[in-house]
Amino acid sequence: MDVIGRLQRQRTELTQALFKEGLLDEQFTQLQLLQDPNNPDFVAEVVSLFFEDSEKLLDELTRSLEQDPVDYKKVDAYVHQFKGSSSSIGAQRVKNACVIFRTCCEERSQEGCRQALQQVKHEFFLIKSRLEALLQLEQQILAAGGTIPFME
Amino acid sequence: MCQVSTKKTMKCHADATAVGPGKGFQASTAARSNHQVGPGRLPAKWWVQASAAPAIRPSAVKVQNQRIAKRWHVRLLVLWVLAGISVSIWVFYSMNADIIKRRQEMLSNMCEERAWMLQDQFVSSLNHVRALTALVTTFHLGKRPSALDQDTFAAYAARTSFERPLMAGVAYAIRVLHAQREQFEREQGWVIKKMHSNELQPAQAEYAPTVLTQDTLSHLASLDLMSGEEDRENILRARASGKGALTSPFRLLESNHLGVVLTFTVYTTDLPPDASAEERIERTAGYMGGAFDFESLVENLLRQLAESQAIIVNVYDITNKSNPLVMYGPNISIETAVSHTSKLEFGDPLRKHEMRCRFYKQPPIPWSAITTSIGILVIVLLIGHILYAAVNRIEKVEEDYRKMEALKLLAESADVAKSQFLATVSHEIRTPMNGVLGMLQMLMDTELDATQCDFACTAHESGKQLIKLINEVLDQAKIESGRMELENVPFELRIILDDILSLFSAEIKDKGIELAVFVSERVPAVLVGDPARLRQIITNLVGNSVKFTDRGHIFVCVHLVDDENRVDVPPERSVESVDDEELDGSQNSCTTLSGLEAADEKNSWATFKLLLMHGSSEPISTSLETSSTVNLVFSVEDTGVGIPYQAQERVFMPFMQADSSTSRNYGGTGIGLSISRCLVELMKGEMTFVSKPGVGTTFRFGLPLKKGDSSMLKKHAEANWRHPQNAPLPTKFKGKRALVVDGRPVRSQVTKYHLQRLGIFVEIIVSNKCSSAVSRVMMRCGTTNYSSNCTSGNIDMILIDKDAWGPDTGVEFSDSLKKQTDARLNGLPKLILLAMSLTNEEASKEEFRDKTVMKPLRACNIALYLQGAFGFRNHRSQARVLIEGPGSLHNLLSGRHILVVDDNKVNRLVAAGALVKFGAQVECAESGKEAILKLQPPHKFDACFMDVQMPELDGFEATRRIRKAEIAASERLPRNGDVKNGKHTYRVPILAMTADVIQATREECTRCGMDGYVSKPFEEEQLYNAVAVLFDSAH
Repeated sequence: MDVIGRLQRQRTELTQALFKEGLLDEQFTQLQLLQDPNNPDFVAEVVSLFFEDSEKLLDELTRSLEQDPVDYKKVDAYVHQFKGSSSSIGAQRVKNACVIFRTCCEERSQEGCRQALQQVKHEFFLIKSRLEALLQLEQQILAAGGTIPFME
Repeated sequence: MCQVSTKKTMKCHADATAVGPGKGFQASTAARSNHQVGPGRLPAKWWVQASAAPAIRPSAVKVQNQRIAKRWHVRLLVLWVLAGISVSIWVFYSMNADIIKRRQEMLSNMCEERAWMLQDQFVSSLNHVRALTALVTTFHLGKRPSALDQDTFAAYAARTSFERPLMAGVAYAIRVLHAQREQFEREQGWVIKKMHSNELQPAQAEYAPTVLTQDTLSHLASLDLMSGEEDRENILRARASGKGALTSPFRLLESNHLGVVLTFTVYTTDLPPDASAEERIERTAGYMGGAFDFESLVENLLRQLAESQAIIVNVYDITNKSNPLVMYGPNISIETAVSHTSKLEFGDPLRKHEMRCRFYKQPPIPWSAITTSIGILVIVLLIGHILYAAVNRIEKVEEDYRKMEALKLLAESADVAKSQFLATVSHEIRTPMNGVLGMLQMLMDTELDATQCDFACTAHESGKQLIKLINEVLDQAKIESGRMELENVPFELRIILDDILSLFSAEIKDKGIELAVFVSERVPAVLVGDPARLRQIITNLVGNSVKFTDRGHIFVCVHLVDDENRVDVPPERSVESVDDEELDGSQNSCTTLSGLEAADEKNSWATFKLLLMHGSSEPISTSLETSSTVNLVFSVEDTGVGIPYQAQERVFMPFMQADSSTSRNYGGTGIGLSISRCLVELMKGEMTFVSKPGVGTTFRFGLPLKKGDSSMLKKHAEANWRHPQNAPLPTKFKGKRALVVDGRPVRSQVTKYHLQRLGIFVEIIVSNKCSSAVSRVMMRCGTTNYSSNCTSGNIDMILIDKDAWGPDTGVEFSDSLKKQTDARLNGLPKLILLAMSLTNEEASKEEFRDKTVMKPLRACNIALYLQGAFGFRNHRSQARVLIEGPGSLHNLLSGRHILVVDDNKVNRLVAAGALVKFGAQVECAESGKEAILKLQPPHKFDACFMDVQMPELDGFEATRRIRKAEIAASERLPRNGDVKNGKHTYRVPILAMTADVIQATREECTRCGMDGYVSKPFEEEQLYNAVAVLFDSAH
């Protein structure tokens, strides 16, 4: 019980930190609200799908930007995808980076795009590591027989 | 041409605005970065080049055209000046020539005149000399002895000298041959002398000694004329020809004047005209000579003529043409000056003479010609200058116009960009703010100590304020950028006003001010318009009033414009008070709601009463009946601080408050009024206000709204599956009778208005004294002892305002009424106190009345309190169902089969998750194509959520194809009962999912056959509204 309590406190702290740092926004809370006993792994499912999808997208983006000339339409489409999925899970810093990326795309600035891609990658891996930690923590809580406290 | 270019640029301008909000951010950053490129004009130029690219070509053409036009202007101008100069020169020459010609004519006229006269005189002299020859022939030669001697001749000649005006004198010489000389000399007694020397004439072949002379020529006597060369020649010529002969001019003897000598021959017998020269010489008897003294005589003659000074006359003997001899006049060369030559005929065919005249002075400078031509030149140059200046001016103005046009476009685009920016930024700020608020809410739910809780609460409140401000700014921006779309739905005005009142109930209770609403009976129950915006406007105004009012009242009033116009001229007070015997006027200097003076007198009892009279007395006029719109006047009156006169102009400007101290004292940004007015104008109304500092402010606005009816309302509510905003007012009070007792007529009308809405018949007793009110109430109830009669008098309740005649007088009233009616309480009307607040002590006096209704009065809260008073049971469970409604999201969605289409896996999963959470069965499709495949009619899905932006086949296009397939499938069906309402049977509801809510307009969705849209990620309320529409037929 003690362990669970500690884990749960850790989880709360981690979640709050994520919000405080602006890595996540309320959409993530909404996501958590969707998770109920009928659908216990919903958040984990969505998040891992997000990781998988995003890594593919990032690969594509990296490749596209190395081409000469750069097909900005394609890049823009990828970034749009990325922006959509990141806003869906509430990874708002990734989303914001995507917004900047799209601006660069529109300006046809290769250098800007590269920098934006770096920024997006940076944000993505940041949120990825943090979310993975959170999910792991939740797994541990469940494994220890605790329950994930629902928001609100 | 300008217009064309304007259109072009307008078009680009439109293109620029068409950039959606999603791209707006990028656009604005681009603009910002470009602004940093250079200060001053550079960004302007950049803008023109970058965003007005299609406008460049026409503008270049325009510039070129202008250049051509300018060249033409210059050419025309030069032509004009040249033409002007040539015209002036031509004028000068023609005028000058005219002058010269006239001068010449004058000269020739004068010359001819002189010549003619001279000739005339000369000829007459000549003739007279000839007459003298006849005299000599007759009297000297014809008689022996001669009848003429020297004296007779001299006398005769002198007497007839006037006949020979040009002649100095005449003389007669006789022909003497050498043989006869001696005899002649003897006879005469003198010898023949030689001329010039007066010496004895040596022997010659013949002689011509002068025998008879006029006195003026007496010196010629005895001189031999043959000895003078000219004379001799003349004599020989004269006697040979038988005509007069003239000498060439020479110096005459004695006078030494220039002159000529005329010689006629006197013959012994008459000769036939064809006599030969020898015969003539043979018969010659003597010679008659006359001297013309030109110099003096011609001068005398000419001097008699006019303008003799002006011209110089020369007479020449031109017998020898190469060497003309001067007979008269100064011998000056006459080649240079203007001259005229006239022929003179002096009767001697051998000799030729002429007269030459010229002006004495040089011709005068032709001033008139010079001034005229210079004048013309000056005028031409002036006109040229004026034209040039005008052309320049026009060019400059056009240039300025172009610049201003550009600047205007720039400013407009900047304005649009600003609004765009505001909209975008506000939108972007809202999202993190929601995070802040959510977190604060969560924080407040955790265990906090009092201080922390206070801080958190304050932060939360501030956050909410900020959100409100942002919403307002967003509204303003939306209005300014023209993106505000107004709804057109039926609504109940009275309920909305009640709602607004309840919003402020807490605040006004704290401040102790009265807040009331009154809607004229003639205002239809259901109107069609945008209730949310109307609510926003009134809330703004009321909120504003509440903020600035510390005492008195705030009164929201709605009337028809027609009624207002009819009482536009406020009637005189005196008439009013006679009419209304209850109010003796002493106390009612101000008859507004609270008794305090208001800025606008329209809501004072005087006009208010008239409004009511019109409202009730006049049946609804036919025009009102038939027209589909009603024009309403809303007024919000307060008795607050008012607006300083100098600030009244700025009231409607955004972010303007009366002065800086206002914001210090009262807070707020001052954007509310601006938005309200914009909204009113958007609804085609007009907002005005009247304000007196220290007295209060009344805002008024008129709105044209469409009339609706309750069936529309019902239909709309069903269509949108919205709960009726409030439970319908209870009807159980219908038919009851109420007596409203108050000291203030307006307030009593407000009470009446609310009671009437509950179906209660209302009678009003307005009295300005508590005691008289008590007695009148007693009278109304039939008798002072009304234990039995009162109920038959049908009064079910008496409502009394707590402050009817001053603070707490209502309480006194109820007390005294109760005391008078004493213990016989059965059947007594319910006594209800209307109060803003009750102290604990007052609350304890409950026994004197049946119920206290807390203000602000609203139909529903009155109903609630009355229910308590009359002991009706409140069916709470029923109410609850009404409030929650049968259709929460879960109810709507559970069991539904829904297809989610999104190319983004994560989005798909989240959307599906959300829908599953509300009980739906969800299937997914990851592209438009797949969606089409799954949505083959007949459908197994109840609804489809479709992402708009998808690669290959976007949501709009996919929907179009699905709709097409549906129509095709429906047509294949046998046309029996399956086709209902004219719609095809196979129609699956499709909702668009989009991240850009602003961009995705409703029209765009409906155009391609979608049924609505939801924002991504889902917002519960919006999702609910959208889904409720879809499943409306199912319910």
